[in-house]
Amino acid sequence: MISYIGYFLILIALMNISLLIISKPLLAKITPSYDQIILSTSKLQFPIILLSFLCLVISFLHDDFSIKYISSNSNSALPYYYKISATWAGHEGSMLLWCLILSFWTFLASIYSKSLDSDFREKFLSIMGFLNLGFLAFLIFTSNPFERNISIPMDGKDLNPLLQDFGLIVHPPMLYMGYVGLSVVFSFALTCCIRNEFKPEWAQWLRPWAIISWCFLTLGIALGSWWAYYELGWGGWWFWDPVENASFMPWLITTALIHSLIICEQKNMFKNWTILLSIIAFSLSILGTFLVRSGILISVHSFANDPARGAFILLFLAIVVGGSLLIYISNSSKMDDKFNFKLFSKESFFLINNILLVTATFTILLGTIYPLILDLLGLEKISVGVPYYNSVFVPIMIPLLILAGYIPFLIFSKNKKSTGILKHIFITFLFVLIFAFISLIFLDNFNISVLIGIFIFLWIFINLFQYVYKKYCEGKSFKFIISNIGMVLAHMGLAVFVLGATIVENNKIEKELVMKIGEKIIIKDYSFTFSNIIKYSGANYKGIKAEFLVHENGQLINKLYPEKRLYFSSSMPMTEAGIGPGIGRDLYVTLGNIISENKWSVRIYYKPLIRLIWIGALIMILGGVLSIFLDRRKQLNYKEK
Amino acid sequence: MKKRSKRILYISIVLIFIFVLFSLFIKTFNENLLFYRSPSQISLGEFPEDYIFRVGGVVVDGSLKKSNDTTNVNFKITDYSKTIDISYSGILPDLFREGQGVVIRGRLTKAGIFVAEEVLAKHDETYMPPEVAESLRINDEELKRTTKSMSKEK
Repeated sequence: MISYIGYFLILIALMNISLLIISKPLLAKITPSYDQIILSTSKLQFPIILLSFLCLVISFLHDDFSIKYISSNSNSALPYYYKISATWAGHEGSMLLWCLILSFWTFLASIYSKSLDSDFREKFLSIMGFLNLGFLAFLIFTSNPFERNISIPMDGKDLNPLLQDFGLIVHPPMLYMGYVGLSVVFSFALTCCIRNEFKPEWAQWLRPWAIISWCFLTLGIALGSWWAYYELGWGGWWFWDPVENASFMPWLITTALIHSLIICEQKNMFKNWTILLSIIAFSLSILGTFLVRSGILISVHSFANDPARGAFILLFLAIVVGGSLLIYISNSSKMDDKFNFKLFSKESFFLINNILLVTATFTILLGTIYPLILDLLGLEKISVGVPYYNSVFVPIMIPLLILAGYIPFLIFSKNKKSTGILKHIFITFLFVLIFAFISLIFLDNFNISVLIGIFIFLWIFINLFQYVYKKYCEGKSFKFIISNIGMVLAHMGLAVFVLGATIVENNKIEKELVMKIGEKIIIKDYSFTFSNIIKYSGANYKGIKAEFLVHENGQLINKLYPEKRLYFSSSMPMTEAGIGPGIGRDLYVTLGNIISENKWSVRIYYKPLIRLIWIGALIMILGGVLSIFLDRRKQLNYKEK
Repeated sequence: MKKRSKRILYISIVLIFIFVLFSLFIKTFNENLLFYRSPSQISLGEFPEDYIFRVGGVVVDGSLKKSNDTTNVNFKITDYSKTIDISYSGILPDLFREGQGVVIRGRLTKAGIFVAEEVLAKHDETYMPPEVAESLRINDEELKRTTKSMSKEK
């Protein structure tokens, strides 16, 4: 019964959004109150889909196995929180979540767009409506979550054991918030393009949306990385897997966008470029959906391989990307876009930042798409190895990171003569370099990558501190410094991330070996004793737990319990890692294969500073959020003056 | 005139710089492409010793031999036409078992043993890697053609 209501509701949502789209071109000729229709339909969309989504959640909680999606993704023995998260664990449900989030952003866009003029607002919301329609049609015609089973099974097939985890509860909604948040940026930029103008105050309006999407993307990617680290049992935090790349590309472009919007707002330049970045950012997030959902890529993320779905998304992608680029090409030349600046200026360095970020995105796109194209053409089956990404992406990032430390420095010293700046840079550079060399003494593995990593970390940190200190000395108000704290934190987060990533990749110790119960192995200052094997059973699985005692300097510091689980619903075993976390290092143990009764192959990893990767991401997010709220205060202050 | 020649100099330096970067990029890209070959293709073609590529097939029943004290394992994979020996030092993935389709990255030694660096078996017990599924279907003629083009590339 509830499932019928849910299905009925998404059909109503489809009609509602169709009404929104035809309002501007058609109803405008009939009724003068068409603008009210646009506003109310765009606001109504969210509650309708939310109710439909809740219907699906309730059906999951009630174990309504008459619904195909539920019977193939849930089981009566599943704990209730995984039943709720199973709503978005499969393809159909996650598309419903996608539509829900899209309608949520549409709702927010319609509320916060009062300051825009009415013609702009109508066009903007109509484009949002078109995107809603596309994804709703995709949901209803190719992946209906409320589709019924012909015969009702006794019990469900159960959720994929890998996805029965806290990571899955939060990772997809956060990532989708980011992906879909870019639709606001896209629609806005396209409206600007149609109107042939891009006012500085529009850039100011758009920037918080880009930043909040960026924050969600960062959070989603960081959660995915953290989840892969503890759940997949390989101890890696980034694999350059095509699915990861699909989320990373929009992130890079959005980062570029956030920077170029500053120039738009302050210098009234880069308008066409910013619009193009907005279009590319959202196009890449649809491309990501296509890659993940079409079944072209095989990974944890692709659940069902249905050619109709791939074809639909590809068509939609072609319409959105093709259409928006056509509008862009035909209109961009009409835009009044100045392009003159000095070599040593804020805008030229932001331009370099943008070029580097876009180049990096392009190299990742090539590595992700090229094997697929060759395969589709039937030429060759290849894959692009991880060394490609490391040897191409990292060198592009190094100048960018050095720039990240330099930019705030440049802004504060704009009134000085350039020789003064160069001298200042040189002194800071030497200082940081000496510091980096000194800190190498504390590490047991010396190489050039570690040196570069530590150098960049110190360079960004010291420059940021100098920036804040100089501002303070120049007699800027406390409020001014506070309003810049978001930018400072975001860059510091980046520095922390770089430090963590460099150290863990260069100084990690990984051992794979066979151990008997009672055996001991020493890695660095830690001794690991394989002390016991315990059998136990969980709610919907049976498991084996190994006990590892970790001693440091003869003292017991940790007991780690790596597990093997066998879920009732499937015949495949699952590995759960035993992790001893710490800011300085993680100790990571997983069980491999059983050799004989008391003998197992095990992985024992020592991962220095790996937590800094996610802590860095969190600091970046904090910076992003603060910059939205504190910037708004700054704007209010301007108005008061 | 002088200003103009200066500008030409600048532009040509930038162009050379871009060209060098781009060719380095293409070189890295090409070096890191991993080709996929089935056991039949391997038996027809020759591979230099240090050439890393991927091979896929079904693990032959009863072929898995584990060492008692190290993580070394040996097994065979087949595409039901030809079989190849695999040697691997490391922990096999959870889903690895006899009769399961796997994809393996590594290099071929002169003795004809494929030394694996990584063994992939995906997260679903009914899953067959698409490459493996296809190589089980592939016919002889196509096989010879692809192998020929492969040897030309080198």
